[in-house]
Amino acid sequence: MSTSCLTSGLLYLLLAPLIGGLIAGLDRIISARMQTRVGPPIWQPFYDVCKLFSKEHLVVNRSQTLFVFGLFIFMIITGLLFFTGYDLLLVIFAFTLASILLILAAYKAGSPYSFIGAERELMQMMAYEPMVLLVPIGIYMVTKTFSVAEIVKYETPLIYYLPGVFIGLLHILTIKFRKSPFDLSSTHHAHQELVKGLTTEFSGPSLALIEITHWYENVLLLGIIFLFFAPIPWVGVLAALLIYFLEIMIDNSFARMKWEFLLKSSWWMALVFGGGNILLLMLLKR
Amino acid sequence: MSSIIKSPWVIHYDGSSCNGCDIEVLAALTPRFDVERFGIINTGNPKHADIFLVTGSVNEQNIPIVKNIYEQMPDPKVVIAIGICAATGGIFKECYNVQGGVGEVIPVDVYVPGCAARPEAIIDGVVKALGILQKKQEEWKAKVS
Repeated sequence: MSTSCLTSGLLYLLLAPLIGGLIAGLDRIISARMQTRVGPPIWQPFYDVCKLFSKEHLVVNRSQTLFVFGLFIFMIITGLLFFTGYDLLLVIFAFTLASILLILAAYKAGSPYSFIGAERELMQMMAYEPMVLLVPIGIYMVTKTFSVAEIVKYETPLIYYLPGVFIGLLHILTIKFRKSPFDLSSTHHAHQELVKGLTTEFSGPSLALIEITHWYENVLLLGIIFLFFAPIPWVGVLAALLIYFLEIMIDNSFARMKWEFLLKSSWWMALVFGGGNILLLMLLKR
Repeated sequence: MSSIIKSPWVIHYDGSSCNGCDIEVLAALTPRFDVERFGIINTGNPKHADIFLVTGSVNEQNIPIVKNIYEQMPDPKVVIAIGICAATGGIFKECYNVQGGVGEVIPVDVYVPGCAARPEAIIDGVVKALGILQKKQEEWKAKVS
């Protein structure tokens, strides 16, 4: 592993929570402005997390804490694998494992809210997983490698060859960022409703860890967007930020959809845009 | 300054209120007052909350519920009784099923009077509760360590 890979891994480890938290703060301000409110200060997510760490830790089931900690560790490992330039497939599998750990943690408590939350999260995984798998396949067909370090060095931006895969990815990013219309298992807004079910049984430090994990996750997802524009770095960063802004806009202008729509639309998008793009690549690029 | 007073999350429970105070509590979250400016979130989940807002008097049926919510909240926590019914029972005090104010069941830290309490008064009450919350946090930390 080269030193540049090591530094980018280290930078991810240290800066991802900072960047993720700042993005979350900006998200809350922008959302507030879209609703003609003033909104909290930009550091608000950090205050929240600090407060949660200083609160009492109520645990329903001891293994719950273990799973939350596992989620945290595996999300960091996923990010490290990505940012140190390892295999993209390995990144996807570690990512799936981290998501599964969150679901297991939610299943651990007997509460029906947390149970429904876990079930909805599973449903969401079912919806986004096909598209998540199509992304590395599409990238492999263009670059003939799964290694992130090699993919970044590919001379033309991947978006030229994979616009369909990118659109499919955008669709499932709404699920992963936990934005309306697809925030069925956990959301940033409707705190009193069933859609906050996944985190019902977590309090204090556990909830703080879940929040920090979400920041790590968001930075990783923005990194995947960057991958499509990698040869021109400033375009990549701009695209990642623009797409996050787009997600905030979608979040504030759409009502929440039912899970049937989520599943159908995600699979159709994956099939039509992702699959169609890959089929075209197979036919045209030999 | 500790982080707890910068991010007070509230849970709101309606005892047997006429809905007047509840509407005012929710009004504080609307764009006009926008308490999210101060990091206040209406969580609706006792396990995430720091401040317990109770409106309306307690009656025989909701005593276990109020107690349950209070006990499910992680320490440090404060309770605010909003409106005159939550303070003493108000006009419902003489009813056969009404026990009186919330203070009969759980320890209340701040009373916000009014029928209905105005959003400004509620925000004022929450700000007062923050001072108590910080003091409670110090006491709680001393107790734990």
